[in-house]
Amino acid sequence: MSLYLLALLAAAVSGVPGLFLRRRGGEVAAGLLGLAALLGLTAALRVLAGGAGGTLLLRTAALGAPGLLVLDPLAAFFSIPVLLLSFCGGLYGVGYWEGHRGHTPILCLVFGLLTASLLMLVMASHALTFLLAWEGMAIAAFLLVMAEDREAETRRAGWIYLAATHTGTLFLFAAFALLAKVQGHWGFGALPAGLAATPGGTALFALFLLGFGFKAGVLPLHFWLPPAHAAAPSHVSALMSGVMLKMGILGIVRFLSWVPDPPSWWGGTLVALGALSGILGVAFALGQHDLKRLLAYHSIENIGIILLGLGLGTLGKATGHPVMQVLGFAGALLHVVNHSLFKGLLFLSAGSVLHATGTRDLERLGGLGRTMPWTSGAFLAGSWAICGLPPLNGFVSEWLIYLGAFRGLGLELGLGRQAWPLVILVSLALIGALALACFAKAFGAAFLGLPRTQAAEQAPESPRTMLLPMGLLALACLAIGVVPALFAPALERVVGVLSGGALGGGTLAGGETLMALAPLRMLTWAAVILALLALLLGRWLRLVPQGRDLPTWDCGYAAADARMQYTASSFADGLVRGLRWALRPVAHLPRVAGWFPHPARYESHVPDPALDRAASPALQLAVRGAGLLRVAQGGALPVYLLYVLLTLLALLVWMVA
Amino acid sequence: MLPDLLIALTMLSNFSLVATSRVSKAIQFAVLQGVLLGLMPLAMGLGRHFHIVLLAVAAVTVKGWLIPFLFRRALKQVHIQREVDPYIGYTVSLMLCALGTGLSLLLAHNLPLKPGTEYVLMVPASLATLFTGFLLLVSRRKALTQVVGYLVLENGIYLFGLLLVEDMPALVEAGILLDLFVGIFVMGIVINHIRVAFDSTDTRHLAELKD
Repeated sequence: MSLYLLALLAAAVSGVPGLFLRRRGGEVAAGLLGLAALLGLTAALRVLAGGAGGTLLLRTAALGAPGLLVLDPLAAFFSIPVLLLSFCGGLYGVGYWEGHRGHTPILCLVFGLLTASLLMLVMASHALTFLLAWEGMAIAAFLLVMAEDREAETRRAGWIYLAATHTGTLFLFAAFALLAKVQGHWGFGALPAGLAATPGGTALFALFLLGFGFKAGVLPLHFWLPPAHAAAPSHVSALMSGVMLKMGILGIVRFLSWVPDPPSWWGGTLVALGALSGILGVAFALGQHDLKRLLAYHSIENIGIILLGLGLGTLGKATGHPVMQVLGFAGALLHVVNHSLFKGLLFLSAGSVLHATGTRDLERLGGLGRTMPWTSGAFLAGSWAICGLPPLNGFVSEWLIYLGAFRGLGLELGLGRQAWPLVILVSLALIGALALACFAKAFGAAFLGLPRTQAAEQAPESPRTMLLPMGLLALACLAIGVVPALFAPALERVVGVLSGGALGGGTLAGGETLMALAPLRMLTWAAVILALLALLLGRWLRLVPQGRDLPTWDCGYAAADARMQYTASSFADGLVRGLRWALRPVAHLPRVAGWFPHPARYESHVPDPALDRAASPALQLAVRGAGLLRVAQGGALPVYLLYVLLTLLALLVWMVA
Repeated sequence: MLPDLLIALTMLSNFSLVATSRVSKAIQFAVLQGVLLGLMPLAMGLGRHFHIVLLAVAAVTVKGWLIPFLFRRALKQVHIQREVDPYIGYTVSLMLCALGTGLSLLLAHNLPLKPGTEYVLMVPASLATLFTGFLLLVSRRKALTQVVGYLVLENGIYLFGLLLVEDMPALVEAGILLDLFVGIFVMGIVINHIRVAFDSTDTRHLAELKD
């Protein structure tokens, strides 16, 4: 516990030396974040290995709760991505922020504060500490999103994010107040059995789902996510997408862990939301040209996958099927870590592309694989993992959920619930296929083919401080993918917490272990065989006589140039058209008139309906409503004083009479 | 007997404050009121407490000497004699002040007092002074008269504090005094700046600063 608190402290002050140092402030901050990661991971792994956690009590008598901060297995588990990604992000920031000197030290400071808030949030066990850390996280992230506030687009993204996060917090306030009313204190702890079925339990579920859904980016509430992730500096996007969204999941997971008897419709709701977020998230991603927006939509997709797993687990818990419960929760939790690893990797490599070429537009990139081999390798690894292909980590967690859903097909779930495992299977399959298409498009358009602009042609490879974090994350992806059995005991412990008292301890229901339910060791052998096959294939390809080296998409035409290749839009066009009913792409067709038409442009994009049709008008309405209050602001000081006088009089009369 | 007399004088000075149009007169009445209230603890026979005596001396010094000094300096800088054209005229002000005094008597009648308090006029007087201060703040246009209103407002608070003077730590009273001094000091500077910026001390111009 003290190690963990030290880590928190180190992260919080990591940016402070940078304020006073003229140079190398970023390096110092990265070093402190590295120290924090080392200390924190030691503490977290010790807890996950079965060691005792710790509780921090701060005059809790006044707050009426057993503890403010508790380092339990769940906290330890969620702190791993926080620590890893913040270190990688800090190190990456050294090279990334080299360009603009302006307020870099402040941004470094805020980055450290964001990390500290996240570290505090994961182990908060009291509404006060939770909301404190939650707001700290939200505001620090807002400041980081606004890093390039000279651009109008960034400012807009920042304000949308701020409005969305505070709306979510509003729901959380209501939820925690209701929780305190139900259990009599503001601390976190198991709720009494039977509560979940009451209207109060339903209200709690709905409020927590709304509040945390805003943060996690569950589909209708995701509208803040793509603009904010696109506008933020890339390592901040990595931390936001990889870790901050997961705090919404952490909240849902914590809530589920308190409820001993969730009704099965909770699981159904989670599955439905997961399927919606997953499928539409990846569908919207297909329509994007902006590399970082595309990645942001994939975050929504992955949140969907996590929700599918959580829904499966909750269904299992509600209907009393430990197999579904264990596999669903294990898959969801593992996917939390996995997604933070590969999405961090993807955002960092996308940042390198942005850093080298100055654009995020896929239509202006191309051929980067030649000039940026390491970055393209990192992006490929991330894409491989996010598509859920073996032998990387994305496969393992999705496989666990698949396994749980397949097992669930044969179980007796009760009337009307039999279809849920099938829904999960179909959605997962659809998501996987669409994700593959999307990353084929993204990787192909950015890194393969011919460079479409001069900037892409002359893109330099990123400095070592930016490549190192990517390598670290890629290695972590590979490790989980190849030897998942190594991580199973830790995962079991967390699933035990989530499953409640019935399945606590090292072993799960009926002495069964995760290893017994899912043959994780087989994955290692499969990976080895796969690697050998790939090696053989490579050898064989080399034996085949080589053809001539020709430009990509040349197709026998003698004067091929970059404009003849498939663009990102044209690659995805078929699928986008197929999903037209949901995506509603907007195309600006040129009007060709006359015998000698002028040069014309064709443009198409996929706007976000949740933002443009729902959130934006609602915000504008709110702003107009607030404008009515302007009447009270006359500018005359005596009038303001009159307000004070009238308030005072009213209070006096109210008190006395 | 003596305290009641002082309280009555304070209430009377409230009426003179709202009725006068001369700025210097208003300042004099406010200062007089401050000195009267500064003497109150001694009149209440609390001279045996050292910290209360100290407080009374401090109050009289600040309100009787330091603040008038600051006012005179400000007055010299801005060259104004009269409050012309206030938001609320003098007759109406006087009536409002009477209304406020009546209301405070009514309110104080219902306010529970600490058992054993002999000065029943204290609460209504303090509320009436408070209202007068507010009335001056709201109805006057010149920055300087508004400062006078602020001073009167503080006098009302001070009078209310006298009810508890034996139990209240000296720190609170000292805090109020310091607050007052700094407030008037800063306003003296601000008034000068307003004059320089707008070529008048009419606070109406400040409305242009709203966004």
